[in-house]
Parts: sequence; C-alpha cells; structure tokens
Amino acid sequence: MERRSGLILAIVIWLIGAGVVMMGARTWLPPLASEHGAGIDAMINFTMTATGGLILLGHIVLGLFVWKFSRQDKITFRLAGPRMERRWSLAVALLVAAIAEGGVLVIGLPVWAKVYDTASPANALIIEVTTEQFAWNVRYAGPDGVFGRADPKRYSLDNVLGQDPDDPAGRDDIVDLNMIHVEVNRPVLIRLRSKDVLHGFFLPHLRVKQDSVPGMKIDFWFVPNKTGSFELACAELCGLGHYEMRGVLVVMTPDEFRKWKEEKRNG
Amino acid sequence: MAELAHGVHRPRSFIARYVFSTDHKVIGIQYMITAMFMAIAGGALAMIVRMQLAWPGEKWRLLGKMFPDGVEGDIMKPEFYLSLMTMHGTIMIFFVVSLALIGGFGNFLIPLQIGARDMAFPFLNMLSFWTIVPACLIMLGSFAVEGGAAQAGWTAYPPLSAVGAAVPGSQWGQTLWILGMALFIASFTMGGLNFVCTILDQRTKGMSLMRMPITIWTLFISSAIGLLAFPPLLAAAILLLFDRHFGTSFFLPSGLYFGNGLLPNSGGTPLLWQHLFWFLGHPEVYVLILPALGITLDMLPVFSRKPVFGYRLTVYCLYAIAALSMIVWGHHMYVSGMSPYIGEFFAIGTLSITVPSAIIGVNMIASLWGGSLRFPTPMLFTIGTIIMFGTGGFGGIFLGNATSDIQLHDTYFVVGHFHLMIGGVTLMAAFAGVYYWFPKMFGRMMNETLGKLHFWVTMPAFYVLFLAQHFQGLGGMPRRYFDFDKFEYLQKVAAANLHVSLTAFVLGAVQFVFLFNFFWSAFKGARSVKNPWCATTLEWTEASPAPHGNWGEQLPEVHRWPYDYSVPGAAEDFTPQTAPATVAPVTF
Amino acid sequence: MEAAIETREAYWEGGRGPFGIGWSKLMMWLFIVTDGLVFAGFLAIYGFLRIASPNWPDRSHIFHLDFIALMTFTLITSSATMATAVGAARKGDRKTVGRFLALTIVGGAAFLGMQAYEWSSLIRAGATLEANPWGAPLFGACFFIITGFHGSHVLSGLIVLAITMARSAAGKSRPAGIELAGLYWHFVDLVWVFVFTLFYLI
Ligand code: HEA
Ligand code: HEA
Ligand code: CUA
Ligand SMILES: [Cu+2]
Repeated sequence: MERRSGLILAIVIWLIGAGVVMMGARTWLPPLASEHGAGIDAMINFTMTATGGLILLGHIVLGLFVWKFSRQDKITFRLAGPRMERRWSLAVALLVAAIAEGGVLVIGLPVWAKVYDTASPANALIIEVTTEQFAWNVRYAGPDGVFGRADPKRYSLDNVLGQDPDDPAGRDDIVDLNMIHVEVNRPVLIRLRSKDVLHGFFLPHLRVKQDSVPGMKIDFWFVPNKTGSFELACAELCGLGHYEMRGVLVVMTPDEFRKWKEEKRNG
Repeated sequence: MAELAHGVHRPRSFIARYVFSTDHKVIGIQYMITAMFMAIAGGALAMIVRMQLAWPGEKWRLLGKMFPDGVEGDIMKPEFYLSLMTMHGTIMIFFVVSLALIGGFGNFLIPLQIGARDMAFPFLNMLSFWTIVPACLIMLGSFAVEGGAAQAGWTAYPPLSAVGAAVPGSQWGQTLWILGMALFIASFTMGGLNFVCTILDQRTKGMSLMRMPITIWTLFISSAIGLLAFPPLLAAAILLLFDRHFGTSFFLPSGLYFGNGLLPNSGGTPLLWQHLFWFLGHPEVYVLILPALGITLDMLPVFSRKPVFGYRLTVYCLYAIAALSMIVWGHHMYVSGMSPYIGEFFAIGTLSITVPSAIIGVNMIASLWGGSLRFPTPMLFTIGTIIMFGTGGFGGIFLGNATSDIQLHDTYFVVGHFHLMIGGVTLMAAFAGVYYWFPKMFGRMMNETLGKLHFWVTMPAFYVLFLAQHFQGLGGMPRRYFDFDKFEYLQKVAAANLHVSLTAFVLGAVQFVFLFNFFWSAFKGARSVKNPWCATTLEWTEASPAPHGNWGEQLPEVHRWPYDYSVPGAAEDFTPQTAPATVAPVTF
Repeated sequence: MEAAIETREAYWEGGRGPFGIGWSKLMMWLFIVTDGLVFAGFLAIYGFLRIASPNWPDRSHIFHLDFIALMTFTLITSSATMATAVGAARKGDRKTVGRFLALTIVGGAAFLGMQAYEWSSLIRAGATLEANPWGAPLFGACFFIITGFHGSHVLSGLIVLAITMARSAAGKSRPAGIELAGLYWHFVDLVWVFVFTLFYLI
C-alpha cells in the first residue's frame, strides 16, 4: 500500500519536475530590442538555468526519497549529529548564496548600475512623458532643444500639459499622444511625470519598466537598437482603464526620424 | 493555584461554550471555520476573475442579476474586475490564510503542545476572535455599498486609494477596506500578544524552548514579526483615512489633476505609503509561511517515523528569516522611483534571505532520508508543500534580483510566484494540518478516500495553474489587467488563459470535497482512538476532544524533545514527550 | 548529553517564564512595545515629511514654549506621583495609594486641559488639518493627529487610573494591578517626551 502510494507520488513529482524544466527551456521573453536588455536577458537566463537545475535536482531527489523510503518497514537512519547538520547546511548555504548573491553581484548589479547610475550620453534624445488616466502625453523640445515652461496650474482639457503660451521656448515643442518616435541606436532619455495616479512605463521588448509618480520627475534612459513599432503598456494599477492604456514606441532610422519631425512641425 | 481555576470552571450554556467561549480550542475551531467561509468567498471571487480572463466580453446572466452595478447588462465592467481582484487578494491573505494558520492552528495548538491549560489571557483571546468577525463582515459588505468594493489592489497604493475622484463612482468601498484592515490589525495584535506571552510563560514543567515542536517555534516567531510590523501599518492606515476624508496630504503631492480640476493637496508623497505598506507587507508573507513550514516539519517525523533533520539549525534559520524579513521590504519597489542605490542594497538583502530558507527546504527533504514512509492524506499534502516551497522560492530569486525584476515586476510572474508561496505552501500545509489534527478537534477521523481525491486534484492543479502564470509573466503579461485584447504582443501568451482558467475551475470545484469531508466527518466520521498517528507531542496524551482547561488535575511533565521516533531500545517506534528517561533513553 | 538534560530540567520549574516576571506584566511590556511602534511609525512619517518640506513652519512663531514646558512638567510630575502610589501599594498603604492616584489623575487631567487650550488657540489662529497660516499645510495635519493620538492615550490612561483608584478604595486591587497601570502611565509620559522633543525643541 505505502509502496504503491510512494511510487505514484514519486512519478508525479518527477513528471512535474520534468515539466518545469521543459517549459522553462522554451523562449518566453518578447524579442529583444534594446542595448541594456541583453544584460537583463543574461541575468534572467542565468537564473533560469541555475534554478532550473536546482528545481530538477530537487524534484528528482525528493521523488527518489519518497519512492525508496516508502519501501522499508524499519528506518535505516535516525539522527544526524550536529557536525553532519552543519556540514550539509553549509553546503546548501554556499550553493544557494553562489547562485543568488553571486548572480546578482556578478551579472545583475553591473547591468543595474549601467541603467540607473550612469548619466545619459550627451547625444540622448530627451522626451518628456506625462502620464494621466489613461494616456501617455509625449513632448519633444523642438529644434531649439529647450522645453517650454509647463505648470500644473495651467492644466485644462485643451492644455493637457499645462504649457505656457507666452514662453517662446515652448512654441516649437512637439506634443503627441500615445506615440513615441525615436531614432535607432540613439540613446533616449525619458523624463517621466504623472498628473494623477501611479502608472508604469513598460516597454516589454526593450526591457524597460519605470513607475511614474505624481510629484516626482524621474529620468531614465535606454538605447533602442532595432527599428519597428513596439508596444508600450501600463504596468502599475491606475484605475479602470489600466488594461487599455496602450502606447507605441516607433523606432526609426535617422532619416525617417528627421522626416517625421519635419512633418509633425508643419502639420 | 491560579491556573487550576480554569480547569475547574467549565461553562455549561451553549452560548458560553460555543459562541462566546474563552476555551482556546473552541476559539481555534471558530477561526478555522470562519477561514473556510471566507475561503469560499475569496475562492468564488477568484473564479469570477478567471471567468473574465478566459472569456472576455462574455455575457454572465447570473452575475448580472447578483451585481447589477458591476455587471451591467450582463457584461462585466473593468471597475468590477478590479474590485474582484482587490478583495480576492485581501480576503485570501488576511482573512483566510492568516485566520486559518495563525488564528486557527495557533489557538488550537499552542496550549496543547506546550502543556498549558489555556492561553495566558483567555478573555482577550475571545475578544480577538470577535474583533475579526466584524472585520470579515465589513470586507464582504463592501461589495454591497454604492460604487462597489475597493479597487486599488490589496496594496492600496495612493493616490488611487486616497483620492475619491481617481475611481469614478467609488464611495465607501476603500474606506471600509481601511476600517476592516484596522480591525484585523487590532485583532492580530491581541492574538499575537497572547501567543508570545503564552509561549514564553505558560510552558509546562520540562518544556524548555529547545523542546518545543517546530510548529510552536514558528507560531512564536510569526507572532513576534507581526507585532513588530503591524503597528506602523496601523499608523499608515490611519493617515490614509485622513487623506481620504479629512483633506490632509500625507500621501498626496501638489499638482494632482483629476477630471477637470486641480486638487489643493501638497507636501506628501505616494512613495511614503509604499514604504510603510511593504514594511508590513513583506514580513506578513513570512508571518504566513513560517507556521506552514512548521507544520510541514512536524508532520514529516510522524509519517517517516524518525526525527526531523536539523532541528537546531532550523530554529536558527527561523530567527534569521525573521530578522532579515524586516529589512528587505524595498524589493517590491525596485522600479517605483525609489533611489536606485537603495535598490542595490535591497537586492543583496533579499537574496540573503534565500539562504536560511533553502536550509529549511533541504532539511525537509533530508528528514525523509532513511525513514519508513507512510502516505495518509496529511503526508501527501506535506510533500506537496515541499515542492511548492521549492519552486515558488526559486521564483523569488528572479524577483529579488533587481535586474531581472525590471522585466518581471507587476507581471504574472509575480502572480505565479506568490500564489505558489502564499497560496500553495500555506494552503497545502493548512490542509495537512486539518487532516492531521481533525481527530484532536472532533474525536473523529476525516474520510481518507475523499482526502486522497482532494489531494490528487488539488496539488497538480495548483502547481500547473500557477506555474503557467510564471511563463505568461516572462512573456510580458501585466497583472491586474481586465482584458488582454488591446495588446498585440500579448496575444500569444494570453491564449493560454483559457486553459489556466479551466484548471482553476477544477481546482475550485474540488475544494468542496474538502469542505464536505470536514463538516460531514465532524458529525459522522469514524471515531478516532486517542493517538491515531502514534505521535509523540503532548496534545496526543490528552483526550480527543480535550476538555475545557486541558489536562485535568495534573499538568503533564515533559522529559524529552518532540521527535523521539524509533528510539533504539524503546518498546514502540514512538516515545511520547511525557515518557521519562527510564522508559526509553533521551537521545537529543 | 543525558546529564546536561537532567540539569536543565532541574532548574526548569515549568509555568514560569524565562524572564521571571508574571505573564500580565510581560503582556503589558509587549503591549507597550507594540503601541510604542505605532508612535514610532507616526513620528517617523512626521520626520520624513518635515525634512522633505522646504517651507516647514518655524516652531518659535507658533508655540509658547513656556506654556509647553509647564505642560510637560505637569505630566512628568504625574509620573512621579504615580511612582509613589505604586511604592505605597507594595507596602500595602491604601490611604497613600488613594491620595497619590488622585494626584496623578489631577496631573493628567490638567495636562489634557492645557492641551485643549493649546489646540483651541492654534485653531483660532487658523490652523486646520488641511492648512495653517505658517507654511507647509502638513504641519497642521501632523500636529493635530500625533498630539491627538497621544492625548487619546492620556485620556485612556486617566480612565484606567480612575478604575484602579475605585478598585483600590474598595480594597479590591492588588499591588500588581496598580503597578501595571503605572507602567502604562509612565509609557504615555515617555512618549510625550519624544513628541515634545520632535515638535517643540527641534
Ligand atoms: C508566503 C509568502 C511568500 C514567501 C515565503 C515569499 C518568499 C520570497 N519572495 Fe515573495 N512575494 C509574495 C509572497 C511570498 N514571497 C507576495 C504575496 C508577493 C506579491 C505582492 C504583490 O505585489 O501583490 C511577493 C513578491 C515578491 C517580490 C516583488 C516582486 C515584484 O513585485 O516585482 C520579490 C522580489 O524580490 C519577492 C522575493 C521573494 C524571495 C526572494 C523569497 C524567498 O524567501 C524565497 C526563499 C525560498 C527558497 C529559495 C526555496 C528553497 C527551497 C528549497 C531549497 C527546496 C528545494 C526543493 C525542491 C525544488 C523540491 N517576492
Ligand atoms: C492566500 C492567498 C491566495 C490564494 C489561496 C489565492 C487563490 C487563487 N487565486 Fe489569487 N491572489 C492573491 C492571493 C491568493 N490567491 C493575491 C494577494 C492577489 C493579488 C491581488 C492584487 O493584485 O491586488 C491575487 C491575484 C490573483 C489573480 C491575478 C488577478 C490580476 O492580477 O488581474 C488571479 C488570476 O488568475 C488569481 C487567481 C487565483 C485562483 C484561481 C486561486 C485558486 O487557488 C482558488 C481556489 C480556492 C482555494 C484553493 C481555496 C481553498 C481553501 C479552502 C477550501 C479553505 C481551507 C481552510 C482551512 C484549511 C481552514 N489570484
Ligand atoms: Cu496607467 Cu495603469
Ligand atoms: Cu516581499
């Protein structure tokens, strides 16, 4: 009776372990389209391989124990001495620490530092993104490279960004809704603000995610390295339209980008 | 002696015995049954969530009748979905798992396993239960108020939770949520104080700390973490209430613009709430998982007929987890706008918590080595707990690593991770505990066939369901989405939703087997002998069910640790903790 | 190994805690820690907001420090009278207990009265939860909520003391009960010292 239960349970555990690893071996991440994303993918892939190995090992061992020891009527091992306990725990501690802490220290944090702790390159294209329920307001500085003044006090239905009509620097600003146009291989600096609640700026293909927080101005940068259109999703619960707060990042060649800007200014 | 007074005084009337009882065993069972009712509610909400995700835009006749506001014209509104998911999370964490594991098992087991007559403060104990009842009613009742229940997620991030205008039509739902949470905290504080005092002060002769079953250790540490982490959340909840109703701006900065008007608030920041919330929220998840691990570790010796592996180190690891859990809350906020330098600190801290956790995990597996395994239902669920702890915990390594969390934060990967942990581990252990201690509660056994059926559907279904969500999350599927139609890149991963939902329905349905088994066995189950599992801990030396004010005239005296199974030279393969060294040698 | 366990048993009497104090006292201590953490939460939030706000009002424009000092002095004195009452209770001197408990209650009530006066003068000057004439609006919110929370503790302390006094007069209370009430009262005073320092001195 116990033997049969043990065997069935062991087989199920092995099947589950194999299933986890088979599923994990497939490609799940959306195709990559940014420079720093390679580092994030490396981190995920490393953890995937290492923990996948541990999960497989854990399931195999657990199944083996369940199967083997369901077959004996008398115990064959009783109590481990303090030495043995300590030695086993030390081995586990070292292994897990190597995978978890080692992973983050060697692969993870250098990428993190590159994303967050370095100033954006000087040639970065600066784009202001202001979130609101449930849209992405996008603003470019125009040829003068200076953003016009904007102030929450001027917010209204026609002036969603609260721009100052008297500020000459603001005359050539380009304002857009839910569409972000950028150049391939040129760093993009996003200056993120929110008018109402929290939102999350999530570009799955570019491995970019940053919450926008009312009352804060958050700068971050990335380098898109593939042309095409990539969807922008909202990743922080912001109310009933959270699920349809969609934007598009259009990555263009420099020529196309120049043309687009031209058109935008004239049209 | 003062304690004996409890033993002598046995209330007679029905109300004093079963409703306003001060007997810890009755209170424990009350908590357990309340948790089951709340689980039906929380589970039903989860099923409706899965219905929407499987067949978006479908017409739901019955739901339309039940919730004419939320399901208008038989079609679900996104607002209603948010209420469902918010209340599902809140109810499951605070009113199902907390109630079952801490309130239920804590109350039932602590005095019985340490040889006390009752809790240190039986009256306070009763008060704690009767504070949780209105909290449950408030939470459930919030679906009935105008505008529906809270919609800001179980994390209630402001401004969404603090500004009425952020959620059109919402009125009292969020306020009731805050009140319910405040009552929950009050109740937990009363219970936790009682637990800590009882465990420190009421142990019977010979029950030194290092002779306590690991379950008691985990309940002790969980209560202590809770007592340290809940008060700041209470402070935060009070301030959120002020922000919501009295015009203060603790969590609200200037320049907030809703509808067509600027709000007058200024000076606060939403990040303050996130820090305060996670300072509690993170320890809370360990509050829940530690008793589950304790139950698992205590179950293994009984069903492998040998001592647990690494008792001492497990206790040290529990302390380590408790200490570390207080300093890693920032891992929920890597991309929240918090300073990235602090993020690095939190990443290193978070990943260090995997070390004691993994030692405990390996101790569980190693406890099987050399044993003679038996597989009644409680043991099956125990093995289920171990694999979910492993897989769920390794998911935590992806999330704790700030770099991979950039991609995975707020996706279904997180949903999968925490369901395996907070749903899988805790519920599997709770099931194991219920099947195991049922004879102690009611003097009867639960039905084995139904129990096995429950396990063989629940464990694989739960595992597959939430494993799949990990991969959906890797595909970039954001959580708290009403519908995935709007995004092209999601079409492929979201296609699996149908299968995930079908699995969830099977999982939900089979829980009724458990509920039926529980209530049926309580009245009709086979009578159990005093010690059906041949276990060593104190509770099995007392009658089942034990009388009010346990142990009769003489408190038991403890002579050994709780894991003396298969002691060489002993007559039987288990030696109760009360057996003196003359009966069988003391080996630890 | 066996011998070690036998000796451990010998000193372990059972039923008494490792700290050698009764469980009601242990409970009161733990409660005080928990309640203290709520205050710690409030004060930490206050500190954070104050540091983050550039236009936090200057305390010297708002408060009359001599008056606050008097308030603080009253409360601290009531702690001293409480300590005397506890000491008398240990000796079984019921008369002194009654007298000093009454003094403590008077001190606490006087403190509450002065706080009410201070609140009303601030409110008259235009301070509300939402705004105040001196600067950052959050100042009013922090001030009223935190001192209000402390005041409610003083009030519940007074109720506890009144009950204790009645029970002691009826000859029903034990020294331990008075000691517990005393612990709570000292805690309330101690919290005030922190509130006082953070609002009025810094
Ligand atoms: C009981 C609940 C519980 C537990 C125990 C854990 C444990 C862990 N959690 Fe989890 N977590 C949650 C519940 C839990 N979590 C919840 C509810 C959320 C979401 C909240 C929300 O946003 O709504 C969350 C979210 C969450 C995040 C935030 C994600 C995000 O929003 O971006 C992070 C990030 O670091 C994290 C990390 C971890 C880590 C490192 C552990 C570690 O402690 C894990 C350590 C364990 C191991 C390493 C396993 C060791 C096991 C073995 C060695 C045995 C092996 C055996 C076999 C394989 C058979 N968790
Ligand atoms: C303990 C915690 C717990 C449990 C058990 C569950 C159980 C389930 N959850 Fe839940 N879930 C959460 C906690 C939990 N969840 C949280 C915190 C969130 C986040 C909310 C937010 O984002 O704000 C969430 C969110 C969440 C989502 C994401 C929603 C979204 O982001 O849009 C989904 C979607 O599939 C989901 C599904 C399910 C399903 C199908 C189950 C099924 O397993 C349900 C089947 C029912 C049971 C298994 C219960 C059986 C129990 C008993 C019968 C009682 C036993 C009693 C005793 C032993 C005494 N949950
Ligand atoms: Cu915007 Cu979610
Ligand atoms: Cu956490």
